[in-house]
Amino acid sequence: MHPSATRSPVPKAAAARGTPAASSRLVLLVATRKGAWLFCADHTRRTWTTDGPHFLGHTISHVHLDPRDGSTLLAAARTGHLGPTVFRSTNLGRTWKEARQPPAFAKPTSALPPRSVEHTFWLTPGHASECDSWYAGTSPQGLFRSEDGGNTWAPLPAVNDSAEFREWMGSAQDGTPDGPKLHSILIDPRDPKHLYFAMSGGGVHESHDAGRSWATLIKGMEVVEGMDAATVTFHDPHCVRLCPSNPDRLYQQNHCGIYRLDRPGDTWQRIGRKMPKRVGDIGFPMVVHPRDADTAWVFPMDGTSVWPRTSPDGRPAAYVTRNAGKTWQRLDQGLPASQAWWTVKRQAMTVDARPAPALYLGTTSGELWIGYEEGARWMNIARHLPEIYAVEVAELR
Amino acid sequence: MQVLIPGALRSYTKASHVEAVGETLAALLLDLERRYPGLRFRIVDEQDRLRPNMRIFINGLGIRDLGHALRPGDFVAIVLALSGG
Repeated sequence: MHPSATRSPVPKAAAARGTPAASSRLVLLVATRKGAWLFCADHTRRTWTTDGPHFLGHTISHVHLDPRDGSTLLAAARTGHLGPTVFRSTNLGRTWKEARQPPAFAKPTSALPPRSVEHTFWLTPGHASECDSWYAGTSPQGLFRSEDGGNTWAPLPAVNDSAEFREWMGSAQDGTPDGPKLHSILIDPRDPKHLYFAMSGGGVHESHDAGRSWATLIKGMEVVEGMDAATVTFHDPHCVRLCPSNPDRLYQQNHCGIYRLDRPGDTWQRIGRKMPKRVGDIGFPMVVHPRDADTAWVFPMDGTSVWPRTSPDGRPAAYVTRNAGKTWQRLDQGLPASQAWWTVKRQAMTVDARPAPALYLGTTSGELWIGYEEGARWMNIARHLPEIYAVEVAELR
Repeated sequence: MQVLIPGALRSYTKASHVEAVGETLAALLLDLERRYPGLRFRIVDEQDRLRPNMRIFINGLGIRDLGHALRPGDFVAIVLALSGG
């Protein structure tokens, strides 16, 4: 069990469903390279209290609140030396307890090489009808499910032990610099058996039977010049989001552009072509509006030459489309106008569900920002945090 | 036998030195897991391999083979590798 039982100023609360009341409060769950922080706002979103660090020194890839009970938090953790684990809190971070059985691959039963989880990267609460269910994505790529609120985790063999998937996953050398990842685990709000996930690298995949079988969903997605787009391994989706107001619409920020997919169609449309040429359509995060499926945001980065992974020209900005990708508008009011060489990782940008939603982003330089009025005006919430890996927002009553 | 626990794992044991038993290193780690749930997985992965940045010394000799035989009175030191500066 982890020693830190950090007292939290976060009130006992329950997560709101649908459009939250204007009087409700927000909590930002910030995962960083050196620990986790919770930032709690009053109803105006102007004043923030800081709760943390939790797990100082641990690499925290993701912290997520269970929207079904409004109080259970999961945190995906590891340290430089120790193996990966998951911590759980049932009181909004006042105390934490380690998962009894964190995500771990099964021992091989075939000729496939054995694998070990390096870190849990992505956490997704299960369907609203499946109390205590969670999904986790790991590095190297693995998909896991918990049915007891994150205390014990079981691998999904149709992904983790499939020879075909293992070929698509490639080796550590094929993945991102800090390890290949399974991410963007999406659950259709209309059907708990209808799932999507993405892999960097290894494409986008869909299941209609709760993960027992999968089909690839890569048609229309581009790959790095000179490679064969028919080869699943070469596909590198960075972040895929499902629109809550229209679960048949997906948006994707990919290594090779921004895309939209309208089901039951199976061909991604590259909507990033309409981004300004000097900015391009490379980046990590993808954010969708809570109620308008035509509105989505990205945060471009420099993906030229050696891939600096910084804001293009040192001028960070979000871009929004309000017509499903036909046009894009720059949103940079309040953000540094020059010489800002940070960017935003794939889990580090999100939006709340208020009547006038605000965006939130955490930077690789440890800054936390709020974008009022759907990103029209940005203000800094915190500086000098460690490198931010993930930002989630949840409503508190 | 006596086992030295590194600082990063004392949240599990609440002590720098603990007692454990086992005829092999693998058995000793299982005994540690029984006494301190969760400890073993931070040291050994799901394929029963010592994690890359963990070192185990038995009477001062570095050992990576979990099948290594232990004798009563051996001193086992679990150490974080001096990696990363």
